Amino acid sequence: MGTAIERFDEKARRTFDSIGRTEVYKGELLRHPVYTRVLHWMVALFFFLALFSGFGIYLPWLFRWFTPVFGGGPLSRQMHPWFGVGFVFFFFLQVLNWLAPMAWTTADTKWMRGIGKIVGGKEKLDPPDTGFFNAGQKVQFWEIVGGCLAYLITGIILWAGARSFGATAVAISYVLHDLSALVMLGGIFIHIYLSTIGEPGTFQAMTRGAVSEAWAWTFHPAWYKKVTGRDPRQAYEKARQQQSGTAPKQS
Amino acid sequence: MSDRKTLQTEKISGHSGASPGFGMQRDFEVCKLVDTTTCIGCKACEVACVEWNDMPFGATTFDNTYQTMPETRWNFWNLIKFNEHQREDGTIQWLMRKDQCMHCADPGCLAACPADGAIVKYTNGIVDFNQENCIGCEFCVSGCPFNIPRFNPGTKKVYKCTLCSDRVGQGLEPACIKACPTGCLKFGSKDDMKFIANERARQLKENFGMEKAGVYDPQSIGGTHVIYVLHDATDPERYGGLPKNPTIPWSYTVWKWLFKPVLGTFALFGAVGVLLHYVAVGPRRPQPEPPEKEAANGNGD
Ligand code: HEM
Repeated sequence: MGTAIERFDEKARRTFDSIGRTEVYKGELLRHPVYTRVLHWMVALFFFLALFSGFGIYLPWLFRWFTPVFGGGPLSRQMHPWFGVGFVFFFFLQVLNWLAPMAWTTADTKWMRGIGKIVGGKEKLDPPDTGFFNAGQKVQFWEIVGGCLAYLITGIILWAGARSFGATAVAISYVLHDLSALVMLGGIFIHIYLSTIGEPGTFQAMTRGAVSEAWAWTFHPAWYKKVTGRDPRQAYEKARQQQSGTAPKQS
Repeated sequence: MSDRKTLQTEKISGHSGASPGFGMQRDFEVCKLVDTTTCIGCKACEVACVEWNDMPFGATTFDNTYQTMPETRWNFWNLIKFNEHQREDGTIQWLMRKDQCMHCADPGCLAACPADGAIVKYTNGIVDFNQENCIGCEFCVSGCPFNIPRFNPGTKKVYKCTLCSDRVGQGLEPACIKACPTGCLKFGSKDDMKFIANERARQLKENFGMEKAGVYDPQSIGGTHVIYVLHDATDPERYGGLPKNPTIPWSYTVWKWLFKPVLGTFALFGAVGVLLHYVAVGPRRPQPEPPEKEAANGNGD
């Protein structure tokens, strides 16, 4: 099965690469191919459509001003499940695409133990064994996988309603659907922050698809080593010495 | 009841702020009394309901009972349910109960409804659906302890008995009441109907030997504006679809009114958290950072 998924992903990446383009300039590394980027933004688009069309139904007395945006209450209610289906569909493709790099490793467990230093800004460089994705990103990814499953099951129950599934199933799904949305929403704030102003240089990974080498050796040293063959800490030291202008010795 | 009376709104689904006009006029609660001991199952009330509400004709379903159809429909709000109950001595008791919206004092449909003004409760106790505000989510169906709201897939709206709010607003009795030939249906103020119902229950006990006769007005949802006199009030379930202690699911009470806003605020803490992180700790930049920064900061790290 693993190979079937890999073959599917390979083909999709090739197809998208033949349509789109990814420019990788000097001093940069390829981070995400066209296929990944398209999937990511389709996921994000449908996520926000579902989120905003859901707000008016979630807390009408606070968020009912969202419903006119989607053509009124009845249309919001009709569109919301379809936005959700779009979100789950594209995220499902993304899961296939990212299954391999999202696998949990012992390095991730270690990374999680040191999360305080990273969040607190004490540690400017990620641990040397941090790979393509760090443990925080993996947690977010798997949280969304779980969230999508919860959405799908409870969403279908709410969609078809008490007529098909009974009043109790709807009442329970109602709560679980909300919980899933709340957890995901809380996580998305952190995600957007880190991929924009929180860790400058990250956003372009999902737009142009390329990141600077400095970004790579800072945040994903093991991945840097894998793609360049160079040691991330040495590369960093070299850049630091060059930068301070009065580089004591040329290496 | 005065001749002309506007219906005053007491509660509105999904609404922020107060209900307009609440408490402007004195009003008393209305009530429909159904005496199951004198119902003869003639179904005049069914016809009157369909007629008055101008409902399209729908085919009936025969399933070897006298019942017109198994359940109420979006265009059939008033159904006599026929149930056979076997007594302990082996004899059969044939029960007829007029099934319709109970117009709860604490309506589960209204609690569940997320659409502003789709469900309103008037101060006289009538719970009414305003289809023009209904978004068709059907949450009311799962909020109702009596399985009453019915979805119309064509209009994608939900319908149910209005207690003839249009007639009551004009000082008339509901259509079903007007049609009832035996007087088993009565309409008036809640206090009066409760009084009559209790008197009737007392009569059944004292004169007819029905020791367990009583009135169904379930207090678990604050009482209803349709009350029944039952031969055996200790076992309302035997009449089909009358729960002994009807309740509104937890999802539409504690969860909806307390946890939703509270946890929603918690989710927003995600935004507050990252904002505070940005101002207090600052972003993590690719290393090494440009030298100008270090100079401007005054110290190198
Ligand atoms: C405006 C909103 C968003 C921005 C700016 C954004 C940006 C990014 C960027 C730059 C990356 C690449 C990170 C890297 O290469 O290390 C990324 C990855 C990712 N994005 Fe987004 N994203 C947004 C919304 C979303 C939404 C709504 C979802 C899903 C619900 C999502 C799910 C993911 C996942 C699962 C990853 C991979 C793991 C991770 O980096 O956390 N993103 N995003």
